[in-house]
Amino acid sequence: MTGPRPAGAADAAELRFRDPGRARALAAALDRATRATGRDRVAVMHVCGTHEQAIARFGLRAVFPPALDVIMGPGCPVCVTDLLEVDEGVVLARQGVRIATYGDMLRVPGTVMSLADAQAAGAKVDVVYSVAQAVDIARRTREPLVFFATGFETTAVATAAAILADPPENFSVLVAHKYIPPVMEIVAEMPHSRVEGFLAAGHAATITGWGIFEGFVARHGLPVVVAGFEPLDILAGLLRLVEMIRDGRPAVANMYPRCVTREGNLRAQEQMFRVFRPTGGRWRGIAHIPNGNLRLRDEFAHVDARRRFAIDVTTLWDSAPSPLTQQCVCGDIMAGIASPDGCPLFGKECVPDTPVGACMVSSEGTCRIWFQYGGHPDLREVGGGTP
Amino acid sequence: MCLGVPGRVIAIDDASGVATVDFFGVRQAVRLDVVDEPVAPGDYILNHVGYAIRRIPHVEIEATLALYQLLLEESSRDDLMAADVRTEIQGAAATNGRGAA
Repeated sequence: MTGPRPAGAADAAELRFRDPGRARALAAALDRATRATGRDRVAVMHVCGTHEQAIARFGLRAVFPPALDVIMGPGCPVCVTDLLEVDEGVVLARQGVRIATYGDMLRVPGTVMSLADAQAAGAKVDVVYSVAQAVDIARRTREPLVFFATGFETTAVATAAAILADPPENFSVLVAHKYIPPVMEIVAEMPHSRVEGFLAAGHAATITGWGIFEGFVARHGLPVVVAGFEPLDILAGLLRLVEMIRDGRPAVANMYPRCVTREGNLRAQEQMFRVFRPTGGRWRGIAHIPNGNLRLRDEFAHVDARRRFAIDVTTLWDSAPSPLTQQCVCGDIMAGIASPDGCPLFGKECVPDTPVGACMVSSEGTCRIWFQYGGHPDLREVGGGTP
Repeated sequence: MCLGVPGRVIAIDDASGVATVDFFGVRQAVRLDVVDEPVAPGDYILNHVGYAIRRIPHVEIEATLALYQLLLEESSRDDLMAADVRTEIQGAAATNGRGAA
Protein backbone atom coordinates (compact mmCIF):
# COMPACT_ATOMS: atom_id res chain seq x y z
CA MET A 1 0.00 0.00 0.00
CA THR A 2 1.40 3.37 -0.93
CA GLY A 3 0.40 6.85 0.11
CA PRO A 4 -1.15 9.41 -2.22
CA ARG A 5 0.90 10.53 -5.21
CA PRO A 6 2.64 7.28 -6.15
CA ALA A 7 4.61 6.65 -9.33
CA GLY A 8 3.04 8.51 -12.19
CA ALA A 9 2.44 11.69 -10.26
CA ALA A 10 5.84 12.85 -11.37
CA ASP A 11 4.67 12.78 -14.97
CA ALA A 12 3.37 16.30 -14.66
CA ALA A 13 6.94 17.47 -14.17
CA GLU A 14 7.94 16.06 -17.54
CA LEU A 15 5.20 17.82 -19.42
CA ARG A 16 5.25 20.99 -21.38
CA PHE A 17 2.28 22.85 -22.72
CA ARG A 18 2.19 22.50 -26.48
CA ASP A 19 2.16 26.28 -26.70
CA PRO A 20 3.68 27.68 -23.49
CA GLY A 21 3.30 31.27 -24.65
CA ARG A 22 -0.41 30.88 -25.20
CA ALA A 23 -0.82 29.03 -21.92
CA ARG A 24 0.98 31.86 -20.11
CA ALA A 25 -1.23 34.48 -21.77
CA LEU A 26 -4.41 32.55 -20.95
CA ALA A 27 -3.38 32.04 -17.33
CA ALA A 28 -2.57 35.75 -16.97
CA ALA A 29 -5.93 36.72 -18.50
CA LEU A 30 -7.69 34.25 -16.20
CA ASP A 31 -5.96 35.81 -13.23
CA ARG A 32 -6.99 39.34 -14.30
CA ALA A 33 -10.59 38.29 -14.95
CA THR A 34 -10.83 36.53 -11.58
CA ARG A 35 -9.49 39.60 -9.75
CA ALA A 36 -11.88 41.83 -11.70
CA THR A 37 -14.89 39.95 -10.32
CA GLY A 38 -14.12 41.72 -7.05
CA ARG A 39 -14.90 38.53 -5.09
CA ASP A 40 -12.68 36.88 -2.51
CA ARG A 41 -13.34 33.51 -4.08
CA VAL A 42 -14.94 32.38 -7.33
CA ALA A 43 -16.10 28.77 -7.64
CA VAL A 44 -16.89 27.02 -10.91
CA MET A 45 -17.76 23.38 -11.46
CA HIS A 46 -16.96 20.93 -14.21
CA VAL A 47 -18.95 17.74 -14.62
CA CYS A 48 -16.54 15.44 -16.38
CA GLY A 49 -13.98 12.94 -15.14
CA THR A 50 -11.83 13.55 -18.20
CA HIS A 51 -11.68 17.27 -17.40
CA GLU A 52 -10.49 16.39 -13.90
CA GLN A 53 -7.92 13.98 -15.35
CA ALA A 54 -6.55 16.70 -17.62
CA ILE A 55 -6.59 19.37 -14.87
CA ALA A 56 -4.77 17.07 -12.45
CA ARG A 57 -2.47 15.41 -14.95
CA PHE A 58 -1.23 18.65 -16.44
CA GLY A 59 -0.99 20.34 -13.05
CA LEU A 60 -3.40 23.08 -14.10
CA ARG A 61 -4.46 24.00 -10.57
CA ALA A 62 -0.94 25.33 -10.11
CA VAL A 63 -1.63 28.00 -12.73
CA PHE A 64 -5.22 28.78 -11.77
CA PRO A 65 -5.61 32.04 -9.87
CA PRO A 66 -5.53 31.40 -6.09
CA ALA A 67 -9.04 32.84 -5.75
CA LEU A 68 -10.52 30.49 -8.38
CA ASP A 69 -11.87 27.14 -7.18
CA VAL A 70 -12.40 24.65 -9.99
CA ILE A 71 -14.52 21.90 -8.46
CA MET A 72 -15.37 18.53 -9.94
CA GLY A 73 -19.07 17.77 -9.72
CA PRO A 74 -20.97 14.59 -10.55
CA GLY A 75 -18.98 13.85 -13.70
CA CYS A 76 -17.93 10.27 -13.08
CA PRO A 77 -20.56 7.94 -14.50
CA VAL A 78 -19.30 4.92 -12.61
CA CYS A 79 -19.33 6.86 -9.35
CA VAL A 80 -22.92 8.04 -9.63
CA THR A 81 -24.28 4.60 -10.49
CA ASP A 82 -26.44 3.91 -7.46
CA LEU A 83 -25.72 1.20 -4.90
CA LEU A 84 -29.03 -0.46 -5.68
CA GLU A 85 -28.20 -0.59 -9.39
CA VAL A 86 -24.92 -2.35 -8.60
CA ASP A 87 -26.88 -4.65 -6.25
CA GLU A 88 -29.21 -5.59 -9.11
CA GLY A 89 -26.25 -6.65 -11.24
CA VAL A 90 -24.70 -8.57 -8.34
CA VAL A 91 -27.96 -10.40 -7.59
CA LEU A 92 -28.36 -11.39 -11.23
CA ALA A 93 -24.76 -12.62 -11.36
CA ARG A 94 -25.23 -14.63 -8.16
CA GLN A 95 -28.37 -16.17 -9.64
CA GLY A 96 -26.15 -17.62 -12.35
CA VAL A 97 -27.00 -15.13 -15.10
CA ARG A 98 -24.03 -14.15 -17.24
CA ILE A 99 -23.27 -10.41 -16.94
CA ALA A 100 -21.26 -8.21 -19.29
CA THR A 101 -20.02 -4.89 -17.91
CA TYR A 102 -17.65 -2.07 -18.69
CA GLY A 103 -14.34 -2.63 -16.90
CA ASP A 104 -14.71 0.47 -14.77
CA MET A 105 -17.85 -0.95 -13.14
CA LEU A 106 -16.33 -4.26 -12.12
CA ARG A 107 -14.95 -3.21 -8.74
CA VAL A 108 -17.52 -0.59 -7.82
CA PRO A 109 -19.00 -1.54 -4.45
CA GLY A 110 -22.70 -2.18 -4.08
CA THR A 111 -24.36 -2.39 -0.70
CA VAL A 112 -22.30 -5.42 0.29
CA MET A 113 -20.23 -6.46 -2.72
CA SER A 114 -19.08 -5.58 -6.22
CA LEU A 115 -19.43 -7.52 -9.46
CA ALA A 116 -15.75 -8.43 -9.03
CA ASP A 117 -16.57 -9.99 -5.65
CA ALA A 118 -19.40 -11.96 -7.26
CA GLN A 119 -17.02 -13.01 -10.03
CA ALA A 120 -14.45 -14.19 -7.49
CA ALA A 121 -17.20 -16.26 -5.87
CA GLY A 122 -17.87 -18.01 -9.18
CA ALA A 123 -20.36 -15.78 -11.00
CA LYS A 124 -19.93 -15.32 -14.75
CA VAL A 125 -18.93 -11.70 -15.35
CA ASP A 126 -17.43 -10.59 -18.66
CA VAL A 127 -15.66 -7.27 -19.04
CA VAL A 128 -16.39 -5.66 -22.40
CA TYR A 129 -15.17 -2.49 -24.04
CA SER A 130 -18.36 -2.00 -26.04
CA VAL A 131 -21.98 -3.07 -25.87
CA ALA A 132 -21.34 -4.49 -29.35
CA GLN A 133 -19.00 -7.04 -27.76
CA ALA A 134 -21.70 -8.00 -25.27
CA VAL A 135 -24.05 -8.67 -28.19
CA ASP A 136 -21.33 -10.81 -29.80
CA ILE A 137 -20.95 -12.87 -26.61
CA ALA A 138 -24.71 -13.41 -26.53
CA ARG A 139 -24.63 -14.60 -30.15
CA ARG A 140 -21.79 -17.03 -29.41
CA THR A 141 -22.91 -18.50 -26.11
CA ARG A 142 -26.69 -18.60 -26.58
CA GLU A 143 -27.11 -18.50 -22.81
CA PRO A 144 -28.94 -15.54 -21.25
CA LEU A 145 -26.61 -12.56 -21.16
CA VAL A 146 -27.34 -9.28 -19.40
CA PHE A 147 -25.39 -6.17 -20.34
CA PHE A 148 -25.01 -3.83 -17.35
CA ALA A 149 -25.58 -0.55 -19.19
CA THR A 150 -23.92 2.28 -17.26
CA GLY A 151 -22.68 5.72 -18.19
CA PHE A 152 -23.92 9.05 -19.43
CA GLU A 153 -25.44 9.96 -22.80
CA THR A 154 -22.21 9.06 -24.61
CA THR A 155 -22.63 5.38 -23.73
CA ALA A 156 -26.45 5.47 -23.67
CA VAL A 157 -26.50 6.17 -27.41
CA ALA A 158 -24.37 3.06 -28.00
CA THR A 159 -26.72 0.93 -25.87
CA ALA A 160 -29.70 2.33 -27.79
CA ALA A 161 -28.06 1.56 -31.13
CA ALA A 162 -27.31 -2.02 -30.06
CA ILE A 163 -30.92 -2.53 -28.93
CA LEU A 164 -32.24 -1.16 -32.22
CA ALA A 165 -29.90 -3.41 -34.25
CA ASP A 166 -31.92 -6.56 -33.55
CA PRO A 167 -29.84 -8.28 -30.87
CA PRO A 168 -30.31 -12.03 -30.26
CA GLU A 169 -33.17 -13.18 -28.06
CA ASN A 170 -30.89 -14.16 -25.14
CA PHE A 171 -29.52 -10.59 -24.88
CA SER A 172 -31.03 -8.18 -22.39
CA VAL A 173 -29.97 -4.99 -20.65
CA LEU A 174 -29.88 -3.85 -17.03
CA VAL A 175 -30.11 -0.12 -17.65
CA ALA A 176 -28.42 2.27 -15.21
CA HIS A 177 -27.75 5.11 -17.67
CA LYS A 178 -27.67 8.68 -16.34
CA TYR A 179 -28.42 11.90 -18.19
CA ILE A 180 -26.22 14.88 -17.28
CA PRO A 181 -28.31 18.02 -17.95
CA PRO A 182 -30.84 17.36 -15.12
CA VAL A 183 -28.13 16.88 -12.47
CA MET A 184 -26.72 20.33 -13.24
CA GLU A 185 -30.10 21.77 -12.24
CA ILE A 186 -29.98 19.98 -8.89
CA VAL A 187 -26.40 21.02 -8.15
CA ALA A 188 -27.20 24.63 -9.09
CA GLU A 189 -30.14 24.62 -6.66
CA MET A 190 -28.27 23.07 -3.75
CA PRO A 191 -28.48 25.33 -0.70
CA HIS A 192 -25.21 27.12 0.05
CA SER A 193 -23.82 26.21 -3.37
CA ARG A 194 -20.96 28.53 -4.24
CA VAL A 195 -20.89 27.44 -7.87
CA GLU A 196 -21.15 30.44 -10.19
CA GLY A 197 -20.68 28.71 -13.51
CA PHE A 198 -20.34 25.34 -15.19
CA LEU A 199 -17.79 23.85 -17.55
CA ALA A 200 -19.80 21.32 -19.56
CA ALA A 201 -18.28 18.05 -20.74
CA GLY A 202 -17.18 18.19 -24.37
CA HIS A 203 -18.01 14.68 -25.44
CA ALA A 204 -21.38 14.40 -23.70
CA ALA A 205 -22.26 17.70 -25.38
CA THR A 206 -21.26 16.14 -28.72
CA ILE A 207 -24.48 14.16 -28.29
CA THR A 208 -26.78 16.74 -26.64
CA GLY A 209 -25.46 19.87 -28.37
CA TRP A 210 -24.77 23.12 -26.55
CA GLY A 211 -28.24 24.57 -27.16
CA ILE A 212 -29.63 22.36 -24.41
CA PHE A 213 -27.87 24.53 -21.82
CA GLU A 214 -29.65 27.75 -22.85
CA GLY A 215 -32.68 26.90 -20.70
CA PHE A 216 -30.38 26.19 -17.78
CA VAL A 217 -28.71 29.58 -18.11
CA ALA A 218 -32.09 31.32 -18.26
CA ARG A 219 -33.40 29.46 -15.20
CA HIS A 220 -30.36 29.81 -12.97
CA GLY A 221 -28.51 32.87 -14.26
CA LEU A 222 -25.28 30.86 -14.33
CA PRO A 223 -23.02 30.72 -17.40
CA VAL A 224 -22.10 27.44 -19.10
CA VAL A 225 -19.03 26.89 -21.26
CA VAL A 226 -18.55 23.73 -23.32
CA ALA A 227 -14.85 22.92 -23.33
CA GLY A 228 -12.49 20.32 -24.77
CA PHE A 229 -9.80 18.38 -22.97
CA GLU A 230 -6.50 19.96 -23.98
CA PRO A 231 -4.87 21.99 -21.22
CA LEU A 232 -5.27 25.04 -23.45
CA ASP A 233 -8.93 24.17 -24.14
CA ILE A 234 -9.59 24.06 -20.41
CA LEU A 235 -7.78 27.34 -19.69
CA ALA A 236 -9.63 29.06 -22.53
CA GLY A 237 -12.94 27.63 -21.33
CA LEU A 238 -12.37 28.79 -17.77
CA LEU A 239 -11.37 32.25 -18.97
CA ARG A 240 -14.62 32.60 -20.92
CA LEU A 241 -16.58 31.38 -17.89
CA VAL A 242 -14.94 33.82 -15.46
CA GLU A 243 -15.35 36.69 -17.94
CA MET A 244 -19.10 36.04 -18.02
CA ILE A 245 -19.19 35.90 -14.19
CA ARG A 246 -17.20 39.17 -14.04
CA ASP A 247 -19.55 40.87 -16.49
CA GLY A 248 -22.73 39.47 -14.95
CA ARG A 249 -23.84 38.32 -18.39
CA PRO A 250 -24.48 34.58 -18.20
CA ALA A 251 -24.80 32.74 -21.49
CA VAL A 252 -23.73 29.51 -23.17
CA ALA A 253 -20.36 29.57 -24.91
CA ASN A 254 -19.11 26.74 -27.09
CA MET A 255 -15.33 26.59 -26.89
CA TYR A 256 -15.17 23.12 -28.45
CA PRO A 257 -16.73 23.67 -31.87
CA ARG A 258 -14.66 20.94 -33.48
CA CYS A 259 -16.73 18.34 -31.65
CA VAL A 260 -19.86 20.15 -30.44
CA THR A 261 -22.62 21.85 -32.43
CA ARG A 262 -25.65 23.76 -31.23
CA GLU A 263 -28.10 20.94 -31.95
CA GLY A 264 -25.74 18.06 -31.22
CA ASN A 265 -25.97 14.65 -32.84
CA LEU A 266 -29.66 14.50 -33.75
CA ARG A 267 -29.50 10.95 -35.06
CA ALA A 268 -28.00 9.74 -31.79
CA GLN A 269 -30.55 11.71 -29.74
CA GLU A 270 -33.41 10.28 -31.77
CA GLN A 271 -32.23 6.71 -31.15
CA MET A 272 -31.51 7.36 -27.48
CA PHE A 273 -34.97 8.79 -26.77
CA ARG A 274 -36.71 6.21 -28.96
CA VAL A 275 -35.30 3.50 -26.70
CA PHE A 276 -35.11 5.31 -23.34
CA ARG A 277 -37.34 7.66 -21.41
CA PRO A 278 -35.92 10.01 -18.78
CA THR A 279 -37.19 9.25 -15.32
CA GLY A 280 -36.32 10.28 -11.79
CA GLY A 281 -33.87 8.22 -9.81
CA ARG A 282 -31.05 8.24 -7.32
CA TRP A 283 -27.51 9.24 -8.18
CA ARG A 284 -25.19 7.67 -5.66
CA GLY A 285 -24.46 9.98 -2.79
CA ILE A 286 -26.06 13.02 -4.39
CA ALA A 287 -29.83 13.05 -4.52
CA HIS A 288 -32.91 11.88 -6.32
CA ILE A 289 -32.51 13.55 -9.72
CA PRO A 290 -35.76 14.23 -11.60
CA ASN A 291 -35.31 12.99 -15.17
CA GLY A 292 -31.71 12.05 -14.36
CA ASN A 293 -32.06 8.35 -15.15
CA LEU A 294 -32.69 6.77 -18.53
CA ARG A 295 -34.92 3.69 -18.52
CA LEU A 296 -36.25 1.45 -21.30
CA ARG A 297 -39.57 2.37 -22.86
CA ASP A 298 -42.36 -0.24 -22.79
CA GLU A 299 -41.78 -1.16 -26.44
CA PHE A 300 -38.40 -2.54 -25.42
CA ALA A 301 -39.64 -4.68 -22.53
CA HIS A 302 -38.27 -7.73 -24.37
CA VAL A 303 -34.68 -6.58 -23.77
CA ASP A 304 -35.32 -5.29 -20.23
CA ALA A 305 -33.52 -7.50 -17.70
CA ARG A 306 -35.67 -6.04 -14.91
CA ARG A 307 -38.76 -7.48 -16.59
CA ARG A 308 -37.21 -10.74 -17.74
CA PHE A 309 -35.65 -11.76 -14.42
CA ALA A 310 -36.83 -11.64 -10.84
CA ILE A 311 -34.23 -9.39 -9.17
CA ASP A 312 -34.61 -9.22 -5.41
CA VAL A 313 -31.83 -7.05 -4.02
CA THR A 314 -32.99 -7.62 -0.44
CA THR A 315 -31.43 -11.10 -0.64
CA LEU A 316 -28.05 -9.35 -0.42
CA TRP A 317 -28.77 -7.45 2.71
CA ASP A 318 -28.21 -10.28 5.18
CA SER A 319 -24.52 -9.40 4.99
CA ALA A 320 -23.47 -6.21 6.70
CA PRO A 321 -21.69 -3.53 4.67
CA SER A 322 -18.15 -2.60 5.63
CA PRO A 323 -18.13 -0.10 8.52
CA LEU A 324 -15.56 1.91 6.57
CA THR A 325 -18.16 2.80 3.93
CA GLN A 326 -19.96 4.90 6.53
CA GLN A 327 -16.94 7.23 6.68
CA CYS A 328 -16.71 7.57 2.89
CA VAL A 329 -17.55 11.09 1.67
CA CYS A 330 -17.89 10.20 -2.04
CA GLY A 331 -21.37 11.72 -2.15
CA ASP A 332 -20.19 15.09 -0.87
CA ILE A 333 -17.21 14.96 -3.22
CA MET A 334 -19.46 14.34 -6.23
CA ALA A 335 -21.79 17.12 -5.12
CA GLY A 336 -18.74 19.39 -5.07
CA ILE A 337 -18.94 20.24 -1.36
CA ALA A 338 -15.96 18.12 -0.21
CA SER A 339 -12.63 17.20 -1.75
CA PRO A 340 -10.63 13.98 -1.39
CA ASP A 341 -8.06 15.49 0.94
CA GLY A 342 -10.90 16.21 3.37
CA CYS A 343 -11.74 12.50 3.63
CA PRO A 344 -10.19 10.58 6.56
CA LEU A 345 -9.91 7.42 4.45
CA PHE A 346 -8.27 8.95 1.36
CA GLY A 347 -4.87 7.41 0.67
CA LYS A 348 -5.02 5.42 3.90
CA GLU A 349 -7.75 2.78 4.11
CA CYS A 350 -9.05 3.83 0.69
CA VAL A 351 -6.58 3.28 -2.16
CA PRO A 352 -7.03 2.02 -5.74
CA ASP A 353 -6.22 -1.59 -4.81
CA THR A 354 -8.71 -1.63 -1.94
CA PRO A 355 -11.23 1.13 -2.70
CA VAL A 356 -13.86 1.97 -0.10
CA GLY A 357 -15.94 4.25 -2.31
CA ALA A 358 -16.73 4.43 -6.00
CA CYS A 359 -14.69 7.63 -6.46
CA MET A 360 -11.49 5.62 -5.82
CA VAL A 361 -12.42 2.86 -8.32
CA SER A 362 -12.97 4.56 -11.62
CA SER A 363 -10.23 6.26 -13.60
CA GLU A 364 -12.73 9.13 -13.84
CA GLY A 365 -13.35 9.31 -10.09
CA THR A 366 -12.05 12.36 -8.26
CA CYS A 367 -10.28 10.31 -5.58
CA ARG A 368 -8.65 7.95 -8.07
CA ILE A 369 -7.41 10.94 -10.11
CA TRP A 370 -6.11 12.84 -7.09
CA PHE A 371 -4.46 9.68 -5.78
CA GLN A 372 -2.40 9.39 -8.93
CA TYR A 373 -1.69 13.01 -9.72
CA GLY A 374 -2.36 14.93 -6.53
CA GLY A 375 -5.14 17.46 -6.44
CA HIS A 376 -3.30 20.72 -5.78
CA PRO A 377 0.12 20.41 -7.36
CA ASP A 378 2.95 22.53 -6.12
CA LEU A 379 4.13 25.05 -8.70
CA ARG A 380 7.63 23.59 -8.63
CA GLU A 381 6.32 20.16 -9.58
CA VAL A 382 4.79 21.29 -12.84
CA GLY A 383 8.11 22.02 -14.45
CA GLY A 384 9.36 24.43 -17.03
CA GLY A 385 6.15 24.51 -19.03
CA THR A 386 4.38 26.41 -16.30
CA PRO A 387 3.33 29.86 -17.40
CA MET B 1 -16.02 6.00 -20.25
CA CYS B 2 -16.44 9.67 -21.17
CA LEU B 3 -13.39 10.06 -23.34
CA GLY B 4 -13.81 9.74 -27.07
CA VAL B 5 -10.80 9.13 -29.26
CA PRO B 6 -10.35 10.33 -32.85
CA GLY B 7 -9.31 7.97 -35.65
CA ARG B 8 -9.07 7.83 -39.46
CA VAL B 9 -11.50 5.71 -41.42
CA ILE B 10 -9.70 3.12 -43.60
CA ALA B 11 -12.61 1.18 -45.03
CA ILE B 12 -16.35 0.79 -44.61
CA ASP B 13 -18.49 -2.32 -44.89
CA ASP B 14 -21.84 -0.93 -45.98
CA ALA B 15 -23.72 -4.16 -45.31
CA SER B 16 -22.84 -4.26 -41.62
CA GLY B 17 -22.41 -0.51 -41.03
CA VAL B 18 -18.98 -1.13 -39.56
CA ALA B 19 -15.90 0.92 -40.38
CA THR B 20 -12.29 -0.10 -40.01
CA VAL B 21 -10.62 2.83 -38.28
CA ASP B 22 -6.96 3.56 -37.61
CA PHE B 23 -6.27 4.94 -34.12
CA PHE B 24 -2.65 6.01 -33.93
CA GLY B 25 -1.56 2.82 -35.68
CA VAL B 26 -4.11 0.46 -34.11
CA ARG B 27 -6.98 -0.73 -36.31
CA GLN B 28 -10.35 -1.27 -34.77
CA ALA B 29 -13.92 -1.93 -35.90
CA VAL B 30 -16.21 1.03 -35.25
CA ARG B 31 -19.97 0.98 -35.74
CA LEU B 32 -21.57 3.82 -37.70
CA ASP B 33 -25.11 3.45 -36.29
CA VAL B 34 -25.24 6.81 -34.49
CA VAL B 35 -22.91 9.16 -36.41
CA ASP B 36 -25.05 11.87 -38.00
CA GLU B 37 -23.10 12.65 -41.14
CA PRO B 38 -22.00 10.46 -44.06
CA VAL B 39 -18.60 8.94 -43.38
CA ALA B 40 -16.12 7.94 -46.09
CA PRO B 41 -12.62 6.46 -46.06
CA GLY B 42 -10.15 9.23 -45.18
CA ASP B 43 -12.57 10.96 -42.81
CA TYR B 44 -11.77 11.28 -39.13
CA ILE B 45 -14.36 10.22 -36.57
CA LEU B 46 -14.64 10.51 -32.80
CA ASN B 47 -15.02 6.98 -31.42
CA HIS B 48 -16.77 6.25 -28.20
CA VAL B 49 -17.06 2.67 -26.87
CA GLY B 50 -16.95 1.27 -30.40
CA TYR B 51 -19.41 3.73 -31.94
CA ALA B 52 -18.58 6.81 -34.00
CA ILE B 53 -20.40 9.77 -32.43
CA ARG B 54 -19.03 12.58 -34.61
CA ARG B 55 -17.35 13.14 -37.97
CA ILE B 56 -14.59 15.64 -37.25
CA PRO B 57 -14.37 18.53 -39.71
CA HIS B 58 -11.18 18.25 -41.82
CA VAL B 59 -9.85 21.64 -40.76
CA GLU B 60 -10.05 20.63 -37.11
CA ILE B 61 -8.27 17.30 -37.30
CA GLU B 62 -4.81 18.40 -36.29
CA ALA B 63 -5.99 20.22 -33.19
CA THR B 64 -8.14 17.26 -32.22
CA LEU B 65 -5.34 14.72 -32.51
CA ALA B 66 -2.74 16.74 -30.61
CA LEU B 67 -3.81 15.92 -27.06
CA TYR B 68 -3.90 12.20 -27.73
CA GLN B 69 -0.53 12.20 -29.44
CA LEU B 70 0.97 14.01 -26.49
CA LEU B 71 -0.51 11.56 -24.02
CA LEU B 72 0.62 8.54 -25.98
CA GLU B 73 4.13 9.82 -26.61
CA GLU B 74 4.95 11.38 -23.27
CA SER B 75 3.14 9.26 -20.73
CA SER B 76 4.43 6.30 -18.78
CA ARG B 77 2.51 3.06 -18.89
CA ASP B 78 0.87 3.64 -15.53
CA ASP B 79 -0.41 7.13 -16.34
CA LEU B 80 -4.15 7.14 -15.61
CA MET B 81 -5.29 9.38 -18.45
CA ALA B 82 -3.01 7.76 -21.02
CA ALA B 83 -4.30 4.37 -19.90
CA ASP B 84 -7.86 5.49 -20.63
CA VAL B 85 -6.79 6.61 -24.10
CA ARG B 86 -5.04 3.29 -24.72
CA THR B 87 -8.12 1.40 -23.53
CA GLU B 88 -10.22 3.31 -26.03
CA ILE B 89 -7.70 2.70 -28.79
CA GLN B 90 -7.27 -0.98 -28.08
CA GLY B 91 -10.84 -1.42 -26.96
CA ALA B 92 -11.70 -4.28 -29.24
CA ALA B 93 -8.82 -6.24 -27.75
CA ALA B 94 -9.95 -5.64 -24.15
CA THR B 95 -9.87 -8.94 -22.37
CA ASN B 96 -12.18 -10.61 -19.95
CA GLY B 97 -11.42 -10.20 -16.26
CA ARG B 98 -9.63 -6.88 -16.54
CA GLY B 99 -9.90 -4.43 -13.70
CA ALA B 100 -10.64 -0.76 -14.03
CA ALA B 101 -10.54 0.32 -17.66
